[in-house]
Amino acid sequence: MSSYLTRRLWQFFPTLLGVILLVFFLFNWVGGDPAYLLAGKIASAEQIENIRRSLGVDQPYWVQLGIFLKQVATADFGVSWSTNERVSQIFATRLGPSLTVLLPLLFLSTVISLAAAMLVAYYRGSLTDRAIMIGCTVGQSVSILVYILVLQYWLAYRLGWFPVQGWGGTLGENLLAYAALPILVGVIVSLAPDIRLYRSVFLDEIDQDYVRTARAKGLGEGRVMWLHVLRNAAIPITTNVMTQVPGLLAGAFLIERFFSIPGIGREVILAVERSDFPVIKAVTVYVAIATMVVNLLADLTYRALDPRVQLK
Amino acid sequence: MSLWHLAWRRLLRDPVGIASAALVLAFIALAAASAAGWVARDWADEAGVSYAPPRFFGTVVEDQAAEVAKALPQEDYGIQDPIGPELAEIRKSLTELSQDEAKQGSLLFGADKWGRDVLKKAIKGTETSLIVGFAAAALATLLGTLFGAFAGFYGRWVDDFFNWLYSVFTSIPYLLLVLAVAAVLGQKGVLTVILILGLTGWTGIFRLVRAEYLKHRVREYVLAADAVGASAGRRMFAHILPNVSHVVLVQLSLHVVLFIKSEVILSFLGFGVGVDTVSWGSMLAEAPSELILGMWWQIAAATAAMALAVTAFSLFTDALRDALDPRLQ
Repeated sequence: MSSYLTRRLWQFFPTLLGVILLVFFLFNWVGGDPAYLLAGKIASAEQIENIRRSLGVDQPYWVQLGIFLKQVATADFGVSWSTNERVSQIFATRLGPSLTVLLPLLFLSTVISLAAAMLVAYYRGSLTDRAIMIGCTVGQSVSILVYILVLQYWLAYRLGWFPVQGWGGTLGENLLAYAALPILVGVIVSLAPDIRLYRSVFLDEIDQDYVRTARAKGLGEGRVMWLHVLRNAAIPITTNVMTQVPGLLAGAFLIERFFSIPGIGREVILAVERSDFPVIKAVTVYVAIATMVVNLLADLTYRALDPRVQLK
Repeated sequence: MSLWHLAWRRLLRDPVGIASAALVLAFIALAAASAAGWVARDWADEAGVSYAPPRFFGTVVEDQAAEVAKALPQEDYGIQDPIGPELAEIRKSLTELSQDEAKQGSLLFGADKWGRDVLKKAIKGTETSLIVGFAAAALATLLGTLFGAFAGFYGRWVDDFFNWLYSVFTSIPYLLLVLAVAAVLGQKGVLTVILILGLTGWTGIFRLVRAEYLKHRVREYVLAADAVGASAGRRMFAHILPNVSHVVLVQLSLHVVLFIKSEVILSFLGFGVGVDTVSWGSMLAEAPSELILGMWWQIAAATAAMALAVTAFSLFTDALRDALDPRLQ
């Protein structure tokens, strides 16, 4: 187990180095000279030269790469180009609102779609099953933008059940008032793909011998489905939930943007709009690290869920 | 009887497959006609009055007109306008001009803020979306297939290198990667969107194709080809590729849908197609301000066109997969 962990952690380095090289290549080579972006429309050659020197872009590429490596190692990406706020400060203040929306969203969407998928898998081939599956296909074909626009317009603007957008001071206020509609929209959007996936997972299990055995010894249908089938289907379900976790760090860009939630996703879109490279670089590197850690956690979870899984 | 013949027969037996294939073909024909300039060539013309309602809805309803009037800026704040007379003259000449053009009070599916026909915009948007979807999917499939073929066929350090590249690309969430590339390129346009989506979207195809090549490279027919002296390139692309092309084809179709959806989001956020091109995403971008005024037809047209196209493509992909790989049911 410890040798497995060591080897996996060891594998982080080449991947992380690759992410750093990719980000460096994108921003320092493809992205062109940031001095022209920063100096604004009317800039003297002297100003541009000063900015170039302060950013280090007048140095050769390998020195610039060294600067970037040092930034990653010390977790200090400097200041935002547009607001002069420290990038670490941006992260510290934006993570809370993002998680306030996304943790309940992930929990609710998982529970609801699991229940719905269990239902349609149990009654597979029936009219209910086919109706829900057709609904899922059609529902998935509508852009997330439309869900946000229409629900925000009807439920918040027209009916006034929720605030149209904004963010409050306390956690309770945020959860009950401002985060409620974003969470609802997020759950509705993720239902269709999740139900489809979980249904196929359950269908793989539902004809197995252990299900018949459990029924034969007289267990109730609820117990068979929710205990036996669910536990055996746990690995693909965990994979799906875990792959959504790194996305939590990046935030749900669109939801945060529409509902003016001061989270990381909105910050990323703002940064892209303003060509604020330090913020985008930091987010990309952090999210990549988080993804690698979550993947490792997922593998360890498999082992905990199913003793038959061998970690090599 | 070849695999393709059998697949074609199976597809013909599947009513959903035929219907969705017909719809997909209809969309492609529409996009081609639009690209050739046979339909919707004059989408940018001001065909109707601003926010002309759909024809089946009648002409401008009273309370809507009132709402629009309320939303317009106040004319007079009690202060005399220093350039009032000049403005009045300009306005007069403007209205005379527009009267000459004889704009319509209602259009088949309504008009947008500038009086452009929403139906024509939706057709033009279909063209943009399909071009972006197909071109980006072709690029991603090409990259994924090439990388996967090399990694799976050669193994060893080639495989290690491409697996490393794969883990680098997949450790960054897809939409974040797309946004980062968009931020760096900093320019809009159909070609930019195609490049962004194609260069970032190859990972899923790579993994599947690599697995197929791993499986096939030790099969007898490949070993036999090696024995009679076929080169590595010939074995990879003349012998193995036709045997795994059904996987590639299904992935291609799947990625068209994925990229159409991504393009809509990119264009909506303003990082996608330029202002001189219309896309479903840029139509949706105009929707928030229109909805508040009660103008629902543009969002409805864009949503309907996109939902129909994407549903057709998704069902067609499912049917294609069932037809090409009957073991999966």
